[in-house]
Amino acid sequence: MDAAGIHGRLADKFGDRITAFQADALQPWAVVAAEAIDEVAAFCKLEPDLALDNLMCLSAVDYPKETPPRMEVVYHLLSYKHSHTFVLKVMLPRENPVLPTVEGVWGVANWHEREAYDLFGVVFTGHSDLRRILLPDDWEGHPLRKDWVDPDFYNGMHVKPTQQMAERAMGGEKIGVGPFDFTPPNRHIEE
Amino acid sequence: MSIDLQNLAGYGWRVDDLDTDEMILNMGPQHPSTHGVLRIELRTDGEVVKGARPHIGYLHRCFEKHAENVDYPGVIPYTDRMDYVASMGNSLGYALAVEKLMGIQVSPYVQAIRVVMAELQRIASHCIAVGTYGMDIGAFTPFLHLLRDREKILDLFEWTCGARLLYNYNWVGGVSHDLPDGFLRATRQFLREFEAITFPELMDLLIANKIFIKRTAGIGVCPVELAVSYDLTGPNLRGSGPPRDLRKDEPYSGYENYDFQVSVGKGEFGPLGSCFDRNYVRAVEMAESAKILHQAVDALEKMEKADVHEKVPKRVKPNKGEVYVRSEAPRGQLGYYIVADGTGVNPYRCKVKSPCFTAMSVFHVLARGMYIADIIALIGSLDVVLGEIDR
Repeated sequence: MDAAGIHGRLADKFGDRITAFQADALQPWAVVAAEAIDEVAAFCKLEPDLALDNLMCLSAVDYPKETPPRMEVVYHLLSYKHSHTFVLKVMLPRENPVLPTVEGVWGVANWHEREAYDLFGVVFTGHSDLRRILLPDDWEGHPLRKDWVDPDFYNGMHVKPTQQMAERAMGGEKIGVGPFDFTPPNRHIEE
Repeated sequence: MSIDLQNLAGYGWRVDDLDTDEMILNMGPQHPSTHGVLRIELRTDGEVVKGARPHIGYLHRCFEKHAENVDYPGVIPYTDRMDYVASMGNSLGYALAVEKLMGIQVSPYVQAIRVVMAELQRIASHCIAVGTYGMDIGAFTPFLHLLRDREKILDLFEWTCGARLLYNYNWVGGVSHDLPDGFLRATRQFLREFEAITFPELMDLLIANKIFIKRTAGIGVCPVELAVSYDLTGPNLRGSGPPRDLRKDEPYSGYENYDFQVSVGKGEFGPLGSCFDRNYVRAVEMAESAKILHQAVDALEKMEKADVHEKVPKRVKPNKGEVYVRSEAPRGQLGYYIVADGTGVNPYRCKVKSPCFTAMSVFHVLARGMYIADIIALIGSLDVVLGEIDR
């Protein structure tokens, strides 16, 4: 089934909870209302003529400059039986990105959602184990958001050379040794 | 003399009075059999694993953040460093994704070169995978034989592009260097040695080894539904039975021109989808890759030499759009989701779906109820590279 056909099936079933359809993209996508994504996901997997049984990829994308500013969660689906693919998108407000989990439908979503939470701060309600996955547990903030600023401290340690260290390094003093050589890169000296 | 375990009154205690305690055991991150810096938290009762929780992220190098801060061709060296055992596959996937975004069609000559490189890399990668797997189980010799042949492949790569591990070879719209004179003859020579000596040796020494079969067959059985739900791909999925290979299903880079079989697990020595089957698929796949290589080398010999930089754009700046492109890397389907905003020369977003990441996410299901010694067999059979999981 092609993308327009799949969108037709979803629109018949869910009505206005499928809010938009982009047909002229390289890989067409449908936009789903945030609160309905778990129902839509289950329908996509269980309906015999859709049979989208494989979640190939789940990614979050941050768009702070769009109007209105938004966070997108993108689901790339594949059916092994029919060999067709489809893309679902959920648009969320940037301040409070919350949507239901789909880990009950595709097991792999568990780790993908943890990654989206870790790097973007998207919260998946109903998730069994929503912890950080790639970054340390005591990390603060979500680095793949576009408004991310590198922190000066991590656990009380400087992660960015200070002005004082920069001046000492400019005076010819060597700060740190070997792999821990903290001689600052130029951008820190200019500040 | 045998002891009646239920009636030990004479010793002052009975078996029923004994308590067994659960214990939390950390395996890794420096354990030699975890294939990198992977830490697994095991909840054990005696020798039996009641639950397992993998902790990843020790090798996180912010690939996706870096990719947003360099231009499109500049991402390629970073992709090499994800799966450092099979760099050619990573950069090929990225190049295909950007080419699809920009609508570039490379020449058949470049396609054939890419296939030769990708298949050589597949053999080299499976040499490491199967060899170290044998070593985990306790068979040391096959590892040495396989590394000897991997060395020959790395020599070929070094001859072509100067690097032995991280190649920066597949560029957007082409490859970095043309094949040197005599490369095809050297590839033939390698295949002659590999097919006649190393591969039969491997099948006899390791795959047909009774001890190896006993350690791996019937361990870590992954049914097809579980594999599909957790998005296992590549040899891990084919080990469970379904003959799904992207090179057949959605051919890219001219794979439709080559004749080869998709190798699947057969479940000869136990339930289908066990550690043995996953490893068997990798071993047999090496012979199939050699088959593809013969055909690709023949095709390249008949072809006119072409400029491999012909389609490389001066400035890579795709129009606004987004694309998700998969390719069959040695460890499974590697997917790149690239968003271009149409204004900048950097990718707006570059997400990687790594096959090892999804393979590791099913680990806690497969590990439940195993013996600790079998955990080693399970990790090796999933063939994870931590550089790609953590990115």
